Amino acid sequence: MNIAVCVKQIPDPAEPGALNPDNTLKRDGKLILDESDSYGVEMALQLVDKAGGGEVTLVSMAPNSEVSGLRTALAMGAAKAILVSDDGLKGAGALDTAKVLAAAIKRTEFDLVLTATESSDGYTGTVPEQIAELLELPSVTFAKHIDVADGTVKVQRQTEAGYDEVESPLPAVVSVTAGVVEPRYPSFKGIMAAKSKPVDEVKLADLGIDPNMVGWAGAGQEIVAVDKAEERQAGEIVEDDGEAFQKIVAFLENLKVI
Amino acid sequence: MALSKVWVYAEADGDKVKTITLEMLAKARELGDTVEAVFGGDGDAVAATLGAHGASKVLATGDLDDKLHGPAVSGAMAEAIKAGNAPDLILFGTTYDGRDVAARLSVKVDKPVLSNNTDVALEGDSIVASTPVFGGTQIVRTKLTAGTPNIVLVRPKSFAAEESGGGAAAVEQLSVPDLGATGAAKVVGRHVEEATGPKLDEAEVVVSGGRGLGEASKYEMVETLAKLLKGAPGASRAIVDAGWVPYSHQVGQTGKVVKPNVYIALGISGATQHMVGMKGSKNIIAVNKDAEAPIFSISDLGIVGDVHKVVPKLIEALQAKG
Repeated sequence: MNIAVCVKQIPDPAEPGALNPDNTLKRDGKLILDESDSYGVEMALQLVDKAGGGEVTLVSMAPNSEVSGLRTALAMGAAKAILVSDDGLKGAGALDTAKVLAAAIKRTEFDLVLTATESSDGYTGTVPEQIAELLELPSVTFAKHIDVADGTVKVQRQTEAGYDEVESPLPAVVSVTAGVVEPRYPSFKGIMAAKSKPVDEVKLADLGIDPNMVGWAGAGQEIVAVDKAEERQAGEIVEDDGEAFQKIVAFLENLKVI
Repeated sequence: MALSKVWVYAEADGDKVKTITLEMLAKARELGDTVEAVFGGDGDAVAATLGAHGASKVLATGDLDDKLHGPAVSGAMAEAIKAGNAPDLILFGTTYDGRDVAARLSVKVDKPVLSNNTDVALEGDSIVASTPVFGGTQIVRTKLTAGTPNIVLVRPKSFAAEESGGGAAAVEQLSVPDLGATGAAKVVGRHVEEATGPKLDEAEVVVSGGRGLGEASKYEMVETLAKLLKGAPGASRAIVDAGWVPYSHQVGQTGKVVKPNVYIALGISGATQHMVGMKGSKNIIAVNKDAEAPIFSISDLGIVGDVHKVVPKLIEALQAKG
């Protein structure tokens, strides 16, 4: 079974985020694999293992031919990657991203497309379902458990009240929630091997996408302002001396919560 | 100036309309002359409530059975739009199904969709939506320029639900077209997990745990304290990612937005990802051993201390009070 996994390379969330003068997110430093995507990569590796054959292909869109995050996922065990990097994608919205990723996915053979539910930096949460629609495929979002057997993917889909069991024929697109599997740490051998794994870098033209239809030119949206939000003030901070719980009790009593 | 027509994607548990739907109807009334609800289910069951909140019509697909809402409702909406029934704006809640339907629809009508908004306004002829970024410290305002229908996803608790005094909405059939391969995924079973106490996003008190708990078994403290305060237990992303608690417990950018009367953060440092989901709480109490933890900057009461020492004593004191 062959699986395409969409992965995003994002600025390190441990660093404070910043905006460019055009109010897009600053992404010109080193980018890392979005942790949310490590679950999809791990799930794909496990499903391919279980199927007894096939390979995992990463699909990503990033500025400046960035591959650091891809190398991490290749070190985990993915076989190869397709990277779309093109200046024409500056200012791309979620729909643009989905169009690019869907076109890139078509360059590889796949039975299943896995994604995270949303990225940790842009967090629009619409790209997986948009990719499915563009590929004219069935999809199941918010998977907390996945099994594949006999050409069918069986998913436990998170709901407000619990979960739904959803079945879909392959090929299909499935978005996975964090915690669905335990992502492996790349081994030293994996890291070494990743250096020589193929990354197919493509441009919009290779995907047959008109640069005027995506990015700033085609996103259909413009940022008009970035305002400071109302700030919350810090209240009383106390060091626990063994009796600080009393402070909480008094606070709750004062609010008539207890 | 107002928009001539606004659609609201309506959701319900059985025949109980979800709060997010009622919140969006209140906003839709402010923005549009005509407000209509679009519902993937039996319209008669929800027509009275939707009407009382300002929807003049409910365009309903009828029972969707084993179909997923994403392809089915977006397909039905796209058909109606193609038939000349296009609204100026469609509001969706940031929910499991809301995101699916909005995303599929955006492709069908080839229009962008803006996610995670806490406000929607009409400026001149354009829709401008507000999105909190960097943990809610800044608000990005984005104008949609692709023409109608404008598609906007709204975060729960962004607006106050309010009745309009209207009568029941007129129910109109919205037909679901042949979905082809996109409709091939089917719901074959539904599981309701037993939950005691209030729902996370409706609770007056929320007690959340984070990495500072140290290990999964310590989450029990969070649950015990939540129960004592008749509240709901929540979690930071870190411990959901670690598999300690299910995703449904997650509070934050990628989880639920909560605005309880009291929010108690235990062993949570306050990553921006978490703060955006809870900083609207009326009162915030935090316990964390790191005095530099960002959570203290927004806490009304901050205890710099070990959750394993402070919380058991707190639980004991509350139990003693009965």
